[in-house]
Amino acid sequence: MAVQIKTLREMPREELFAPGHRLCAGCGIPQLVRTALKAVPGPKVVVTATGCLEVATTIFPYTSWRVPWVHNAFENAAATAAGIEAAFKALEKKRGVKRPKVIVFGGDGGTFDIGFQALSGALERGHDLIYICYDNEAYMNTGIQRSGATPRGAATTTSPAGKVIPGKPERKKDLIAIAIAHGVRYAATLNPAYPVDMFNKIAKAASIEGPTVLHYFTPCPTGWRADPAKSIEIARLAVLTRVWPLYEYEDGVYRINVLVKSPRPIEDYLKLQGRFAHLLQPENRWMLEQLKRDVEENWNRLLKLAGLA
Amino acid sequence: MSKLLSWKDLSAPIVAEAGNSVLYKTGGWRALKPVLDQSKCIKCLLCWFYCPEPAIKRHEDDSVEIDYDYCKGCGICANECPVKAIAMVEEGVG
Amino acid sequence: MAVALQLKGQRRVGMTGDEAVAYAVKQADVDVVAAYPITPQTIIVERIADYVHDGELKASYVAVESEHSALSACVGASLAGARVFTATSSQGLALMWEIMWIASAMRTTIVMALANRALSAPINIHCSHDDAYAVRDAGWIQFFAENVQEAYDLTLMAFRVSEDKRVLFPSIVNLDGFILSHGLEPLYVLEDDVVREFLPPKEPVNPIDPERPMTYGPLVLFDYYFEFKKAQAEAFKSVYPVILEVFREYEKYSGRKYEPVKAYGVEDADVAVLILGSSAGTARYVARRLRSKGEKVGVVSLTLYRPFPVSDLVAKLKGVKALVVMDRSYSFGSPGAQLFMDVAAAFANESERPLLINAIYGLGGRDLLPEHVEEAFRKAQEAARAGKFEERELWLGVR
Repeated sequence: MAVQIKTLREMPREELFAPGHRLCAGCGIPQLVRTALKAVPGPKVVVTATGCLEVATTIFPYTSWRVPWVHNAFENAAATAAGIEAAFKALEKKRGVKRPKVIVFGGDGGTFDIGFQALSGALERGHDLIYICYDNEAYMNTGIQRSGATPRGAATTTSPAGKVIPGKPERKKDLIAIAIAHGVRYAATLNPAYPVDMFNKIAKAASIEGPTVLHYFTPCPTGWRADPAKSIEIARLAVLTRVWPLYEYEDGVYRINVLVKSPRPIEDYLKLQGRFAHLLQPENRWMLEQLKRDVEENWNRLLKLAGLA
Repeated sequence: MSKLLSWKDLSAPIVAEAGNSVLYKTGGWRALKPVLDQSKCIKCLLCWFYCPEPAIKRHEDDSVEIDYDYCKGCGICANECPVKAIAMVEEGVG
Repeated sequence: MAVALQLKGQRRVGMTGDEAVAYAVKQADVDVVAAYPITPQTIIVERIADYVHDGELKASYVAVESEHSALSACVGASLAGARVFTATSSQGLALMWEIMWIASAMRTTIVMALANRALSAPINIHCSHDDAYAVRDAGWIQFFAENVQEAYDLTLMAFRVSEDKRVLFPSIVNLDGFILSHGLEPLYVLEDDVVREFLPPKEPVNPIDPERPMTYGPLVLFDYYFEFKKAQAEAFKSVYPVILEVFREYEKYSGRKYEPVKAYGVEDADVAVLILGSSAGTARYVARRLRSKGEKVGVVSLTLYRPFPVSDLVAKLKGVKALVVMDRSYSFGSPGAQLFMDVAAAFANESERPLLINAIYGLGGRDLLPEHVEEAFRKAQEAARAGKFEERELWLGVR
């Protein structure tokens, strides 16, 4: 049975993630990592795909990790984790070695795009691991290039707000739906502005045998051209505008954790980020309207799935 | 910064000392510095949670203290504090 | 290879190369197999699946969704301390290429069977050696089996070599696609308890352990990358003596003697061919015939390809005036095909060296016939008389 907390105070004190890393000031990744390492009980091993988290926390000879941590390559975190999990399952059976829980951190690049195949295979084979995608909505580590997770309209270096094409024309892939299509028993979205919710969902995922997928909203002041001080504020607005619904899926049941009854206007969220500045120009209104439709359609879809429509 | 190792001191690319990034003080990054007015602090722990380093220590009694060795001056703590107990001031001033 | 006189602890069976490799993997009691099927390796993974599903092999069988994931999973498993095996060919190895370098630098102990198959394009499922050669720089130990017996023996020895604490590098056992992988041959297999004695469970070095948390695979910038590669290079030099040791050790159990360089007739040979894999047998057959007529010809073959047995090869070829280096592969725009370049480099600083010519043969499963080997010997004899080879390159058996 998963440990569930009601207040932030109950969050464990021990930090298994050390400062001294080179993540940007105001980065939204560490809140996830610190919480995950607290919410997953017992011995654990972390696998991380190439990306911001991996690069900034393990520049030789330093490491910020106080748990066993493995980096292999960019597109194979899920496959590497599968191998570790399979090894410990065998060693546990054959030689009584204690099996740690495997946690995988992949960015949106290493999850939605180049890492997609490895994730799909690992989910289908049912390995016992928690896959957490920290989604900052572009390939941030290589300099802010678009990914399959970049939302419609966002400006990135490979989908710039140009005179002819204002930002990324395509919509964002739905990771949770993909995970559910693979038959995972538990999948959920996470957001740093909702710490207790985040802790509890990770703890719940950890208590389930088999693969679980968590999708974490990761504010990126550098890539989103935002004020680092406002990272959490932006994250909160993502939820309150329904851009980032906080919900979970457990054994066929959808639950919306934060039911946003009167959403804030999406402009409140967009205007804090330079990557959306062009969407607030009149000539790009059509793209903004499309983005709003994406958000509304997604919200209504989730309401229906949760039996609330 | 310590002396650079020779190839003879190395084998596989592994860092054996867990969490030794604490030796790398990122406090030198900041342009702005958070200053906490303890008298206003309600020990909500939000700053402790939101700090990306983490550079905010949580004491036994849930009071908090900023760790200037690592604080990069992002300003999240000041922005999120519900009672505005943290102010961002220019580094090197006061 | 000496005929086994000692039958104690061994059984004579008939198996294809793939079956023999799978059988060795079972006896080695591996912990994890992560592999993706590709012709002509498929029988290996199918047989292993049979063993696992029948409870004869207690391993985690990870039916990965691609070769890239196969090797990635193997890296993770090896770091976790498991005895790990995979197998592939050609395009599968090409897809693993990215991770091959990582597997070596991370000092994993993975053993891979490579059923040598030509690289596309055009797509072909038969034997060439270009898949093995394509990864010769990656830091894997490479053995070449000449027959099914060797494929079996070398697989067992590979685990022993790779997991040795003085080594800790991954190994490839090459066996010619279809010719050996699917060819049914007689061989002697060791009894299970004998294998267990030769190959006890893996004793991992610095495995993933929550009690001793370490960071595996950090980012290394320009201040340290060079030193890591130097350290890896020096460590790879320690592999050769351990291989000799394991060869000697295995001989005690099997009665079969293995050497990095197999040389036939070189004691008095004027000319020789160097050839890897199953075709070495064909070359020796031709050499025997020619020698019976008084011609001084020799055949050299490598059981060990990486680390390349430089001094051993140079010593065995002493006195040979002309050598035909037979490559079952090609390297476009290069000074020679892959094996030729290795041999030329091996002799680069020797004051005495044979005349060298590159012969390309057998690509995509084309048979190497005795007449092709005879032609090679003829060219070498002409060159030895003339003091040079007329051509740079011979293509044997192409229309």
